[in-house]
Amino acid sequence: MKWLLLKDLQILKRSPLLTALLIVYPIVLAVLIGFAVSRGPDKPRIAFVNEIEAEQASEGLDLGEGGFSQEQAFDQLCERVECVDAADRDEAITMVEDGEVLGALILPEDFLDDLTDQIGGVGLDAATVEVYVNEDDPVKARLVDDRITALLTEANLRLSEEISAQLLGYLDILVEGGEFEIPLLGQTIEVLGLERTERGLEAIRGQTSGEQREVLDGVIRFAALAGQNLAFADELLGSVAEPIAVEKTVVSGDVPPLDTFAISVAIAITLMFVTTLLVAGSLALEREENTFARLTRGLVSRAGLLVEKIGLGTICSAAVALVLLGVLELFVSLDWARFPLFAAAIVLAGAAFAAMGSAIGVAAREVRASALAAFALTLPIAFLSLVPSGTVSESLFDWIRVVTGAFPFRPALDALSAGLSSSGDLGLNLFHLAILTLAYFALARVGLRRFA
Amino acid sequence: MAPKATTALQVDGVCKSYGERRALRGVSFEAARGELLAVVGPNGAGKTTLLGILAGIRDPDQGSVRANGGEIGWVPQQAALYRRLTVEENLRLFARLERAGDPDAAVEGMLAQTGLDERRGDQVSTLSGGNQQRINIAIGLLSEPAVLLLDEPSAGLDPGQRIRLWEFVAGLAEAGTTVIYSTHQIEEASHYGDRLLVLADGEALFDGSFAAMRRAAGARGAVKDPEADFVRFLTKQGH
Ligand SMILES: Nc1ncnc2c1ncn2[C@@H]1O[C@H](COP(=O)(O)OP(=O)(O)OP(=O)(O)O)[C@@H](O)[C@H]1O
Ligand SMILES: [Mg+2]
Repeated sequence: MKWLLLKDLQILKRSPLLTALLIVYPIVLAVLIGFAVSRGPDKPRIAFVNEIEAEQASEGLDLGEGGFSQEQAFDQLCERVECVDAADRDEAITMVEDGEVLGALILPEDFLDDLTDQIGGVGLDAATVEVYVNEDDPVKARLVDDRITALLTEANLRLSEEISAQLLGYLDILVEGGEFEIPLLGQTIEVLGLERTERGLEAIRGQTSGEQREVLDGVIRFAALAGQNLAFADELLGSVAEPIAVEKTVVSGDVPPLDTFAISVAIAITLMFVTTLLVAGSLALEREENTFARLTRGLVSRAGLLVEKIGLGTICSAAVALVLLGVLELFVSLDWARFPLFAAAIVLAGAAFAAMGSAIGVAAREVRASALAAFALTLPIAFLSLVPSGTVSESLFDWIRVVTGAFPFRPALDALSAGLSSSGDLGLNLFHLAILTLAYFALARVGLRRFA
Repeated sequence: MAPKATTALQVDGVCKSYGERRALRGVSFEAARGELLAVVGPNGAGKTTLLGILAGIRDPDQGSVRANGGEIGWVPQQAALYRRLTVEENLRLFARLERAGDPDAAVEGMLAQTGLDERRGDQVSTLSGGNQQRINIAIGLLSEPAVLLLDEPSAGLDPGQRIRLWEFVAGLAEAGTTVIYSTHQIEEASHYGDRLLVLADGEALFDGSFAAMRRAAGARGAVKDPEADFVRFLTKQGH
């Protein structure tokens, strides 16, 4: 067994093209996929609930020139996401839980009131929108965050400009004087203004003397100083706090951080290619070189040969995974205290992919055919395994889970995420991988009867 | 029929079909210890199939093969070697897998026997077909078997190598190894075989000496053209 293993490593070393293909290509691919995955697809589906009463809503919010109408806000939101109408809050939350939509955005009843108060300059509380997200998948969780944050940032920017302008208007009146309509009351009052106060006081200054004049001088100095200083207020107002705040609730799910997820995808893809191609090719090579019959004539049992090939795949995949982690360590920081956990995931994932590779190698007659079969089988499974819930119908998603559960990619991905961060169930996925390893080993062993 | 004390291998009514095609139709024979048995027959006669069954790499549909102790060595018709490994690495790998007492000594012995000592460090893929065949044979000899099965061992060898091979094989037989080899070169079989087993379309048509086969074919006088005699024999048997 030891000699066979050394022999295979030696053959691998003598095949620079194959080695490059098996190691460099998956790493490049994995890194590309890692980055691509962190971008995510366009237009996530988001449920939208409007609790604001229709009458109030139709009035909108008077912000002078631009105005702020809900319709506009809807339009802007729906440019970025696919809006799904929900009747009420409960329905929206259920939709999120079921994975029908990626998130829900709720405008609460008092949203417009709070916002009006803010703009009138009399409100203390930020107007709040409520967001519900299902974060069982970090890609889409971030997607929802991104879209909603972008929309709110834009809305907040426009609103705070309006608020600043409004407040500056008040200040102008305070400094220069004029007519002022009291917010919410609608009454108009005439305001004298600091400048006119100063001038008026200057005018009567000559008529005073002694103590009275001193007091008057103090008031004049104050009015002048106040007027000058308030002129700087516009700069300060630029930093008005965000008038709309987001209150986020995670509905269900247990999310690995995106970095971890991207790393897990990268490792899983790499292991998938390196291990299945290597093991399938190495087994098919025994037939291509006619050595299979010679070996299994008492030199090694068929099961022993399979174990050797699976061992070869597991060793090589662990080595490649370590290289990959080492490279990734340059970009992200890994929690090396968790090494035993993710090492277990890497080894079992490698073994499961190797067992699957051995089954492919038994089915294929030549190295080339085995490589083609390995690609043809593993790629679609990997893509299927990466389909997030909520992007396809529920029944189709259930079918996808069943199909991908029969292959090592999804449990490998989940085990790696669980090993790298404490999200998900590591033990369950390791068990799943162990079962798949045994199942594919048994399949390959049965196939080997017809191999000679 | 109980095997005699000197019987190394006994084959009874072996049948093998590949789907509809019947490759062997009840072949029976015995081989004695130290005997050189040539299995001759045209292409597709079933020689490789028969040797494969004797080697244990496939099972017969019917019939039995009994070996009277000892290893059975097998040299397949198509070289079974790792083409990316060197000559020496191939020999050493198989010597180790055969659990040879001293793998290095076995490797040196085979390098000397095949005359490929100066090419020991070359990858097998860079060797000519005949030289690959020499290593293929050498690996079959590593286990020092009691019965040696050679499937067309001389194919692709130059005359010098051929003579070397048969001298070596004759030496093994003299030392007690039973050698069963296939060939469609009747001249070689007549020269180096104690006995011929003529196979055609999966049937054993004849089992005996070359001289007996000539007599059966009705050939008279000195041997001029063994191949012509053989073809006449086959024609007479309806093949
Ligand atoms: N794996 C196989 N599948 C189907 N048919 C086969 C297989 N191997 C051999 N045969 C058929 O069995 C018959 C005997 O083949 P075999 O290889 O034993 O002949 P052979 O005497 O060794 O021929 P050759 O002199 O060309 O080596 C042939 O008709 C061949 O087509
Ligand atoms: Mg043959």
